[in-house]
Amino acid sequence: MAVAGRPLASRLLLGTGGIAGLDVLDAVLEASGSTMATVALRRVDPAATGSILDVLRARDVEVLPNTAGCHTAAEAVLTAKLAREAFDTDWVKLEVIGDERTLLPDVAELLDAAETLCDEGFVVLPYTSDDPVVARRLEQAGCAAVMPLGAPIGSGLGIRNPHNIALICESASVPVILDAGLGTPSEATLALELGCDGVLVASAITRARRPADMAAAFRLAVEAGALAAGAGRIPRRWHAVASSPAEGLASLADPD
Amino acid sequence: MLEVMVNGHAQLVPAGSTVADVVRRWRDCPDGIAVARNGEVVVHSAWTGTEVAAGDHLEILTAAAGG
Repeated sequence: MAVAGRPLASRLLLGTGGIAGLDVLDAVLEASGSTMATVALRRVDPAATGSILDVLRARDVEVLPNTAGCHTAAEAVLTAKLAREAFDTDWVKLEVIGDERTLLPDVAELLDAAETLCDEGFVVLPYTSDDPVVARRLEQAGCAAVMPLGAPIGSGLGIRNPHNIALICESASVPVILDAGLGTPSEATLALELGCDGVLVASAITRARRPADMAAAFRLAVEAGALAAGAGRIPRRWHAVASSPAEGLASLADPD
Repeated sequence: MLEVMVNGHAQLVPAGSTVADVVRRWRDCPDGIAVARNGEVVVHSAWTGTEVAAGDHLEILTAAAGG
């Protein structure tokens, strides 16, 4: 997979939200094989020891800043510019939340922010709804990828509308990275089988009882899905198709 | 002395302090830091040349787990 011409060795992007500590993050990074991970931009805590940036850099993991917590295009644009200053990257996971209870994206504000940031040369990866028309508009705005949700952030509900995800994948000419809602690795496999190029997983790994084990499971699941997507699944049929040949079948019926 | 708001806390800083001075009081290492002053980005190259004024709102930001 490549985004904006930059190859990504792993199709599993790690969201660091919910991680219990930097030691857990390090173990999760190793197990996941992820080469890109999100961070949020927050006030400096003078009492903090250690930096998430140091942990990511030590493992050569690219930083993908997000605009989590923004509710308007203006806030998201300012946050992206601050993140560019802080992390020396023009990549941004663009997120504009429209509802506190579901954390669903406000797609009107999202599109507005995406247009502004793309015009200013940012590499924009928007967290969006599973609406194929919105995905197309984001691509037309110049986004480097589209990141439709499987289900609300942190819900673990999986992919609620696989048909829409497949429609988005079918039409997109930029990478599609399923973002949000996954609860377990088989759902990541499904995302790849539906045609997604990758998945971004946070809570399902970071809030698992054994985060590093779950990260390893997601790595394998994403590899399985990518292989399966390229291998060509058999068509669905209403009735059975025998897998053993009828030819050469012994005559074993009772002769009388 | 001037009173400015830094990350939501009122702080007294000497008159003539720059953004760089305020950041240094908050954190030793400026790596991975961005500053917003009254809702505008102050780029790194402007930190030493930008004096803060009384009543300024500064946000000094860095990476946290998220997303």
